[in-house]
Amino acid sequence: MPFNQKPQKFNAKINAVTIGSGDKTVTIGGENSFPFYTFDAPTENTAKIGVEISDLGLDEFSEGVKAYYEGATTMAEIAQKAAAIEGADFVALILDGGDPNGANKSVEELIEVVKEVAAAIDCPLVVEGCKNVEKDAELLPKVAEVLQGRNALLLSEKEENYKAIGAAAGLAYNQIVGAESAVDINLAKQLNVVTTQLGVDAKKIVMNIGSAAAGYGYEYVVSTMDRIKGAALGQNDNMLQMPIITPVSAETWAVKEATASEADMPEWGSADERGIDMEVMTAAADLAAGSDAVILRHPESVKTISKLIKALA
Amino acid sequence: MALNGIQIFKLTPKKNCKECGCPTCMAFSMKVAQGAMQIEQCPHMSDEALASLSEATAPPMKTIKIGTGDAEFTLGGETVLFRHEKTFVSKPRYAVALCTCMDDAEVEAKLAAIPHVDYDRIGERMHVELVYVNCSEGADAAKYTALVEKANGLGRTLVLGCTDPEIAKAALEVCKDGKPVLNGANASNYEAMNAVATEAGVVLGVSGKDLNELYDTVAALEKLGNKNLVLDTTGADIKETFANTVQVRRAALKDQDRTFGYPSIVNLVKIARGDHHLQAALASVFTMKYGSIIVMEQMTYAEALPLFGLRQNVYTDPQKPMKVEPGIYPLNGADENSLVVTTVDFALTYFVVSGELERSGVPLNLVINDAGGLSVLTSWAAGKFSSTSISEYIKTEVEPKVKCRKLVIPGKVAVLKGDLEAKLPGWEIIVGPREAVQLVKFLKDMQA
Repeated sequence: MPFNQKPQKFNAKINAVTIGSGDKTVTIGGENSFPFYTFDAPTENTAKIGVEISDLGLDEFSEGVKAYYEGATTMAEIAQKAAAIEGADFVALILDGGDPNGANKSVEELIEVVKEVAAAIDCPLVVEGCKNVEKDAELLPKVAEVLQGRNALLLSEKEENYKAIGAAAGLAYNQIVGAESAVDINLAKQLNVVTTQLGVDAKKIVMNIGSAAAGYGYEYVVSTMDRIKGAALGQNDNMLQMPIITPVSAETWAVKEATASEADMPEWGSADERGIDMEVMTAAADLAAGSDAVILRHPESVKTISKLIKALA
Repeated sequence: MALNGIQIFKLTPKKNCKECGCPTCMAFSMKVAQGAMQIEQCPHMSDEALASLSEATAPPMKTIKIGTGDAEFTLGGETVLFRHEKTFVSKPRYAVALCTCMDDAEVEAKLAAIPHVDYDRIGERMHVELVYVNCSEGADAAKYTALVEKANGLGRTLVLGCTDPEIAKAALEVCKDGKPVLNGANASNYEAMNAVATEAGVVLGVSGKDLNELYDTVAALEKLGNKNLVLDTTGADIKETFANTVQVRRAALKDQDRTFGYPSIVNLVKIARGDHHLQAALASVFTMKYGSIIVMEQMTYAEALPLFGLRQNVYTDPQKPMKVEPGIYPLNGADENSLVVTTVDFALTYFVVSGELERSGVPLNLVINDAGGLSVLTSWAAGKFSSTSISEYIKTEVEPKVKCRKLVIPGKVAVLKGDLEAKLPGWEIIVGPREAVQLVKFLKDMQA
């Protein structure tokens, strides 16, 4: 008696959102099954990978990442090298320098960086603010303005600043709105509800439901994603059917497993290897839980996750 | 198929004797249906009724034990597909693979590397728990047994990958006391392998060229009376392996198909040979989705640190928060003269706070006392993170060891400042920021 295979069919699906313009676009979401469950339904759009670059240049990056970008000095050159990484689908520019508690660059200065990067590459573009809610409320609308026509994804509006960012990105300049919440299904849904109430098209929203590095409270990320996908597909909850993007690298390259030097922790071995595995394992877990796109930093991580996605598609 | 309370009730003696502790047979039946009681707790059940019921009320996935003593592990016994539905119970165990196809130097290098990863993380020992010993085609019993013997010297539980009953029998002679797994039954040899495994008293691993063959072989082995099994769900490639592993678990838990109600073995060496980063990614995927034994080529700290952290997170009970041990944690090379900072013992808070404190580069002593494993505001509201609990811990544990008399408390419990000053004479109480992300700036400003 053979095994009685019972595929799990859902009558709902995740929204498909296209980022970018012209010939080079990527579409994320669109699936009506759990991640990589190709035995239930064929994959609509495979998960996508973005490469993180920062307006602060390469100083904060690990040795292995710096080695890849060797020779690139301007933001334009860095962006081009990022876009050229094997397996990269889009470039994610993070405007870390805007942080008032850090470099505190002016909005004008950062906009120049955005323009330089946008002019240098034609692949889809994701721009992330500095995570300070007041500064982002000022910065991201300007970014939306200068990127008109690029159909870029802007990360992120939060509960505190969704009006300024959601309206500028989603209504005035027709970009895609990234809605960021703090690892909680209700907060994620609430932000989608208020953003659509502003008049933003639900099909132009991508969620960042919050993330963590593996080992750092990651159980909340798993369960939040599991529950969001369960509600989106199983209960047809259209306020949770936005695809999910997870900025992995920002979390994983900040934990001590990745940052501790080999001199400090000789038994741990190469810092670069630790950084790659922390990034790769966290990204793989994010994808298995339901992320439709991940943002990574190390070229080797991009290559590995790209292989994983192809193998499971 | 699972029975409901009424179906179970029909099989009870309906005497309402109360000997099982329930007021009526109906009440007892309802409890059995929910899994709260075992059918054997009724003393008056007829043998036939017992036989048919214990089968029907058995958990959907069997719990299989491997290894002995400190190296004994429980696999399977899961009841849900997603951790938020209840909790996952049996952590996946990782194995590093040895093979008769390796030369001596490679084997020695692996044997030396396996014990290297061994550390503690939030009260849990992290190490490579299993060693997979593969018998490649053409190897003879002497060669394989010699390798098994070497691997056995590590004191880890073994998984023998061997499809030849004679060779397996010889190898088990040298290691069966450690209760290894014999992974080698398939459609063509299952009868002989079953005899070898049963005789040695070890768990038998079953594989098949596809799910149908695996299903039939498991059914045949069950017919022979062997229910001490694990299922090798490794397929021809990554995609097939993932599909097999998920469908086996889902059939058991969602569709109550008990033939597939066994733990799994996923062999990453077969599907991603030589690619350590891809194996790392896959180990993560199968830790999330339903691998019970995960076999890898290597486990260095690079793989271990994220992987064991991930497993520890995913397998925490959602109803019980993870806690760190109370104590004084010196950070950034702190000594007895360094600043004292305190927060709660909730693992997530601890990791976020200690991470930011480390980032600041300022030497300080992070003091954690028992706050019930709750977040700052919750434990404060529950009275577990109060001026009394903090001051008592400081007096008994910190004052004898630390000379600095400056204490930083979380901004969210700024209200405790006055009380703490009264209860801790000689201490300067400093209110820190409300959020961990502001700590770096706060500490830098303080230094200035």
